[in-house]
Amino acid sequence: MAEQAIVDKEALLEELLASINQHKFTPDVAHVEIHGNQVLNKNLVDGLMVEAESIEDGVKVHIRVKSGVTLKNPVNFCFGLIPENGVQRIIIDTVIGEGAHAKFIANCTFPNAVNIQHLMNATITVEKGASLSYFERHVHGPNGGVTIVPVTKVLVGEDARFSTEFELIKGAAGVVELEYAAEVTKNATVDMMTRIFGREGDRIHIKEAAHLSGEGSTGVLTSHIALKNRASATIENELIADAPYARGHVDCKEIVQDDARARAIPVVQVNNHLAHVTHEAAIGSVDSKQLETLLSRGLTEDEATDLIIQGLLS
Amino acid sequence: MNLLEIKNLSLFKEGRPILNNLSMDIWEGHVHAIIGPNGAGKSTLANTIMGLSGYRDFEGDVLFEGKSIKALPVDERARKGITLLFQEPARFEGLGVSQFILAGAKEKSRAVVEDALQHAGLSPEKYMRRAVDKTLSGGERKRIELASIYAMKPRLVLMDEPDSGVDIDSVKYIFAVIKELRHRGSTVILITHSPEVLKHADHAFLICAGTLVDKGEMSRMFDYFNGKCVPCVHVGQPTVDAAVQPLAAN
Repeated sequence: MAEQAIVDKEALLEELLASINQHKFTPDVAHVEIHGNQVLNKNLVDGLMVEAESIEDGVKVHIRVKSGVTLKNPVNFCFGLIPENGVQRIIIDTVIGEGAHAKFIANCTFPNAVNIQHLMNATITVEKGASLSYFERHVHGPNGGVTIVPVTKVLVGEDARFSTEFELIKGAAGVVELEYAAEVTKNATVDMMTRIFGREGDRIHIKEAAHLSGEGSTGVLTSHIALKNRASATIENELIADAPYARGHVDCKEIVQDDARARAIPVVQVNNHLAHVTHEAAIGSVDSKQLETLLSRGLTEDEATDLIIQGLLS
Repeated sequence: MNLLEIKNLSLFKEGRPILNNLSMDIWEGHVHAIIGPNGAGKSTLANTIMGLSGYRDFEGDVLFEGKSIKALPVDERARKGITLLFQEPARFEGLGVSQFILAGAKEKSRAVVEDALQHAGLSPEKYMRRAVDKTLSGGERKRIELASIYAMKPRLVLMDEPDSGVDIDSVKYIFAVIKELRHRGSTVILITHSPEVLKHADHAFLICAGTLVDKGEMSRMFDYFNGKCVPCVHVGQPTVDAAVQPLAAN
């Protein structure tokens, strides 16, 4: 019985990693693989603590990078579910200690999804002078049977830096309800980037907010979305600058094809005359100048459109 | 031998003739220039030959290698070997320089990208991993677009103001590419306001108010830039009948 469980665990791990094209890590690379509510594998390095606790439909994870530590290699997380149906709830509490520096790569994979819910509730604290670069890539199956609801609250301490990238390009997005909110303190920086390709009946709702509360804080919120077929997206970017010399920019670009629908709601607010916030939003079909340039190189309209979208989402 | 023939081409915008009964023969393997004042219809002519949107509905015909291309969309014209260097190059967010150059190249290899960038005077190490986006200056994008045209090995290149937005030190690379394109057998049409650009042509056409006013060897056509234009009453006051008289007199 115990042997069977080990075999199942290894087979699941193999399948999970294969679905994201990842097979082996060298010993000096920290990695954690979680399937459903089960930690399948874990390898840590000095200065990194990861504690995981199973709950009924997922896991609670505590991550800490010790103060002053710079992790040489990115820490690789893999979350996912191999079966067609199920729920995976991830509750994560991350602290990057004072002066520490880390990069996290999270792959979320649901290759066979028919009816899967991936619910994530995360709090991230980047302490004074620390930095965290967080890259989250989703790999979905072709059927779009995934509902993903990541909700993340970030506190970026003085002189700290937080950047995040969310990518959902491969497979059908399904239903996406992404919410990020960051509090950015003195001389701290936040940079949020979302890249999603919605197809068929995908429904995407992104809400990114940054509160530039500290003097000299900066924030950039970028959303690049491509939609085709009947997909729809609403992008809400909110940037509020309260402090002197706070600087921010919101950039939302959405390419819409076929019967897809897109909506952008940029909110920029300045509550201090020494702060400065800008925004740009462009929604519509592929830019005609870009298209005609590529057509004049001999690409067909479909080839040119694909290349433009590929660039936007790269 | 004519590579391109423009036959009695007229194009109207909002009821006004932008090109008016224009006819030209473009000899294969030569560098031609089309000169004339602002609003003469030079860019319109380039866009019409390329078949861009808004320039497809015209009277007359455009023949490439003796066959009408009037009904062909832009991409089919391009696959026949016609291409256009735009006056204002487009920005492509996230699209890599290498991808952009290889998009229209017949041979897809790193060597092709390196060769094209070097000919445009751009260091492959510095530019291959960059994107054709707003982080590049207009001049850099223009030279990258030129590199993409070089990699495409076209039969006919239309260049709309090839030196615009390019600094004095870099313009020599534009001229070097024109020379190299010609050397490789491409036919080039330069749309220009610049005497410096005209120097790189063998032959020029002067158009005004959408009509051919004069044509001839480059050295003689320099008169236009020396204030010795053929008598012409229609700058700011287009009168087509007046425009055709000098040419008819020749």
